[in-house]
Amino acid sequence: MSAAPLYGLVLAGGRSTRMGADKAALAYAGRAQLERAMALLTPHVARAYVSVRADQTEDPLRARFAQIADTHANLGPVAGLLAAQARHPDAAWLVLACDLPRLDEATVAHLLRARAPGRAATAYRSSHDGLPEPLCAIWEPASGPQLAAYVAGGGECPRKFLARADTELIEQPDPRALDNINTREEYAEAMATLTPDSGGHPACRISVQYYALLREQAGRREEILTTTARTPRELYAELSTRYPFSLAPEVLRVAINAEFRDWSSPLAEGDAVVFIPPVAGG
Amino acid sequence: MAAFEFSRTPIQPEALRARLADPACGGYAAFEGWVRDHNEGERVRRLEYEAFEALALREGERILAEARARFGVTRAACVHRVGELAVGELAVWVGVSAPHRDEAFRACRYIIDEVKRRLPIWKKEHYASGDSGWVNCERCAGSGAQPHDHTERHAHRG
Repeated sequence: MSAAPLYGLVLAGGRSTRMGADKAALAYAGRAQLERAMALLTPHVARAYVSVRADQTEDPLRARFAQIADTHANLGPVAGLLAAQARHPDAAWLVLACDLPRLDEATVAHLLRARAPGRAATAYRSSHDGLPEPLCAIWEPASGPQLAAYVAGGGECPRKFLARADTELIEQPDPRALDNINTREEYAEAMATLTPDSGGHPACRISVQYYALLREQAGRREEILTTTARTPRELYAELSTRYPFSLAPEVLRVAINAEFRDWSSPLAEGDAVVFIPPVAGG
Repeated sequence: MAAFEFSRTPIQPEALRARLADPACGGYAAFEGWVRDHNEGERVRRLEYEAFEALALREGERILAEARARFGVTRAACVHRVGELAVGELAVWVGVSAPHRDEAFRACRYIIDEVKRRLPIWKKEHYASGDSGWVNCERCAGSGAQPHDHTERHAHRG
């Protein structure tokens, strides 16, 4: 049998009670964890979604991505899984929590290589307690009706569900990669150990057009470059190391594919970026 | 024909005005922006306009649609020059036709104000002194992160 198409889901509907701040918005290496998780996930899946509570759909950070809103309240991460499986019952779901700042490309790639499409799920065995890690796992379509029945019977714990289900369990290549963070202390420790890097983000090809003063300072009208910059802000910082740009980002605006966009909009392969100096038409 | 356009050759207001004629309209208002010979105490010899046309055309059409919707005018159009212009040349033209004069005047004012504020168009002035500078850019650069206020009052040489 052929494997079901793989969709991606980052769970960002938690209440972050112990942290006292939205875990999806916490920044590591200069970038919100939700963005980092989506960047890690997106290249591997046919469609990528963020799972949100029904009252979070307008949140600006979450609104940047395609969303699936919970249909069950107060059910924890299982609610996100149920909603995604109900939306696309024939898809397999690569599910990631959004409190795993050490999760890296190697760990995601290893999971994908180990995928067992004929079973209910493929998951890492926790390096801490030996139980399945449900929130960096692949949930096959077959797990959907089983999970729905488990919840209908009063179950709420995806870890217990996977422990009883037909789950392919694999060992973590990096035993700390799935350490989640729930407290201020854990956040501080993770931040201190994560250095600014591409965070597993693949380089992409971006075209940049220059106008007016920036064109003169860059000495060119256009170029295509390969960059690991994930946002226009990072791209402008990178270009500023190469060209004697005198304009601070605060006085510029940004366009991607000929529409005004935010400095923090995610960049994608093939995007055309323009930094817009202060205008003077009329 | 698009309602917002760029032109590389001199703008012909008479031809543009004819496009706005409409039997339902009792009023027509137009604004012409001309290249003047001085700015900020400098004598201006000539200037260059440059535009990010793909975005400016979309945003320009949005401004005209806003004006039609907000003021109930019947027709609205705008043409902006790009390239090299001499003193006295027509740099931008806005025309509006409407059932009555008040909405025509107000829509015309709205369009030129929004065009100056929003469209990615840049102006480089060449001065009698031999200096030149991108209007609104040079002093922003010198003063670091001062937000740009979208007026021309602090234009300076580069």
